[in-house]
Amino acid sequence: MPRPLDLLPFLLSGAVVTVELTVGAAGVACVAASLAGLGRLSRRRPVRWLAGTYIEAFRGTSALVQLFWAYFALPLVGISLDAMTAGVLALGLNTGAYGAEVVRGAIRAVPQGQHEAALALNLTNAQKMRSVILPQALVAALPPAGNLLIEMLKNTSLVSLITISELTFRGQMLRAETLRTVEIFGLLLIVYFLLALLITSGVRALERRLSFGMDRGGGR
Amino acid sequence: MFDWAFALKILPDLLRALRVTVQATVLWMVLALVLGLAWALARRSASRPVSWSAAWFVEFVRSTPLLVQVYFLFYVLPGVGLKLNPFLTGVLAIGLHYSAYTSEVYRAGIEGVPRGQWEAATALNLSHFHTLRYVVLPQAIPPMVPALGNYLVAMFKDTPMLSAITVLEVLQTAKIIGAETFRYLEPLTLVGALFLALSLCSAALIRWLERRLVLRTA
Repeated sequence: MPRPLDLLPFLLSGAVVTVELTVGAAGVACVAASLAGLGRLSRRRPVRWLAGTYIEAFRGTSALVQLFWAYFALPLVGISLDAMTAGVLALGLNTGAYGAEVVRGAIRAVPQGQHEAALALNLTNAQKMRSVILPQALVAALPPAGNLLIEMLKNTSLVSLITISELTFRGQMLRAETLRTVEIFGLLLIVYFLLALLITSGVRALERRLSFGMDRGGGR
Repeated sequence: MFDWAFALKILPDLLRALRVTVQATVLWMVLALVLGLAWALARRSASRPVSWSAAWFVEFVRSTPLLVQVYFLFYVLPGVGLKLNPFLTGVLAIGLHYSAYTSEVYRAGIEGVPRGQWEAATALNLSHFHTLRYVVLPQAIPPMVPALGNYLVAMFKDTPMLSAITVLEVLQTAKIIGAETFRYLEPLTLVGALFLALSLCSAALIRWLERRLVLRTA
């Protein structure tokens, strides 16, 4: 293969790990964001307080510090995680804290009239959430959630520092071996950029689908 | 479990390292604010190539990881004859990264100024520079403060990334303490607590600034 491209197969196998990390952490983040976002809106004070503490703690400290804490400090209190689990959990919980605010904002953006209409139709609370509020909130939450997903994709590069062999880690390995620094890091940047583009276009397509038939939000 | 005596013993070291973190944050905040305005203005430029390349540069920087950019500058700049120490390389990398974000904030802020203001400035025969300096930016900047403030806090939390290129900031210091004493729990927990405290402080500062600016413009 021609010069810079011969590095690509090795880097791309790292990109697979990056994608796995992103998908795994996105799953954790979705669950954490939904729980904390709904918890923040709860009527019970302890629940609100708990969700608030989680959000502030994870937004207020650095993602890298959380990652190191999960990998180096947790074993000392008796919880040993392998690097991959620590990475997925730390990234997911970190992004989940930002996502919780997105969930909260999206639910509050649903007009009050929708709540009243659901009440007038005699829907139970669960029915109201499932078929009235959440479908509309989802459309409003998609664009910021897409941005967060890209942020998380970029944050996966941090787990190279706890020895997971993903894209950035492999870049560093190749650099140590071949010293072709400019080519390697140039390729790394391009691969990340393409992955981010993929997410952007995916989110946009999803937005169009979900906002079909709605008179607001999404679908540009 | 958590050894308080040990934690107290290492606290001075960590606080000294925190100074580096704060210095770095101030430096790249200035860099990001100045460069961000430059990108935003370039993007509004009448010349197609200029606005087009500014737009792509911002898009590219925003969608690639900061860590890789830091490495890129760290390993590539010396090759093209620009020898900076790790600290300055880190400042440049993070300043550049966040300037892409702040440029979007500036752009939104400038676009938020009503069209009539531009037209009024033209009617008063102000030059483009004077229009920006005395009419547009004074109205555009106060609403931008919350968004810019968020990035300030985000930048501050990205300082630990400098540990990857051997800058002795807080996280690197904590790691060294951990490696020497085989105790990671206390140093890493303290680093987390320090970051939390400083983030909360800066968030409060931004809210105060926001209130003041709103009062002045109201």
